[in-house]
Amino acid sequence: MKRLLIVGGLVALVLAAVVSYYASSQPDGLNKVAEDYGIAANEQQSAAADSPLAEYSFTGISDQRWGGATAGVVGVAVTAALGFGLFYLIRDRRH
Amino acid sequence: MVLGNRRSGLIAYCEQFAIRAYAGAMHLLAMHVPDGFLTLPISGLALVLSLGILALAVSRARSELDDRTAPLAGLTAVFIFAAQMINFPVAAGTSGHLLGGALAAILVGPWAGMLVVTVVLAVQALLFADGGLTAIGINVLNMAIVTAAVGWLVFRLGLRFVRSTKGAAVVAGLAGFLSVPAAALAFVAEYAIGGTAPVSLAAVAAAMGGIHVLIGIGEGVITGLVVAAVLASRPDIVVGVRGTPLADPVPARQAVAA
Repeated sequence: MKRLLIVGGLVALVLAAVVSYYASSQPDGLNKVAEDYGIAANEQQSAAADSPLAEYSFTGISDQRWGGATAGVVGVAVTAALGFGLFYLIRDRRH
Repeated sequence: MVLGNRRSGLIAYCEQFAIRAYAGAMHLLAMHVPDGFLTLPISGLALVLSLGILALAVSRARSELDDRTAPLAGLTAVFIFAAQMINFPVAAGTSGHLLGGALAAILVGPWAGMLVVTVVLAVQALLFADGGLTAIGINVLNMAIVTAAVGWLVFRLGLRFVRSTKGAAVVAGLAGFLSVPAAALAFVAEYAIGGTAPVSLAAVAAAMGGIHVLIGIGEGVITGLVVAAVLASRPDIVVGVRGTPLADPVPARQAVAA
């Protein structure tokens, strides 16, 4: 299990911090359809839009590569904390 | 840089991928429904429905999670978050990314699986403004609950027809593939009830279904490869193959075969 966690964690970090920079910047399926059919006109900004991490950038780091990498690493860390914490708490302890 | 029109498919695909990434500002808006697409009543209804199902999931997930599968659930959430940052091009001017609900369901069970994706969606909506806040119930319903349910049902059904780890990986790919158009059509159904713009529903359904079949191919490939990798190293902790011979630890199965 330790090996799986280390390998999986490293893969996730590399994806979030490095590979994400090379992701397609085209609109995704939902956004494309929403643009094409007039759904997107009613889009409203999320109340979280002022977050320093909004849209996978990082306020204070204007460089896209490093800002995006920082956002990715922070996201991985927060998801790990919440995910491991939640599932640790609700797991079956009888085993 | 000159792009030949008749390059072989794969090279052209990679080139497009690199050029777009280089030229375009990183703008990772994902498949998440933003605020304003749907009315507040339908968003609220989806939130209530999602919270009810998630509450059930918390109690049911207990049987899926033990000291060994709980860390796998945490790792799956981390992997899905990271993978969702990678939009891959699918068709002219359109991209897609992993949804991960089918993958999570296969690895840690459908109830824990929908909780895995919900953790990811919550982090994305709150910290990254990816997916609306009022739309969070909609996104959980489509991308966590529908994908995990469809992925699990397809996988468990398909598993009856295969005997090898390779076969299980192919079935996992099929489950991932089908989960994406299912999520897209769930959105169309919600839009039919509470969309904020007058649109041709038939046209939107056809467009959403069509593009998400393409995105589903990517989902299927990733889901199949990841399930194959985990089955190769720790088949005993994969909830989706529990109770089948595929769950036996790899050395034990080799010993039987020998």
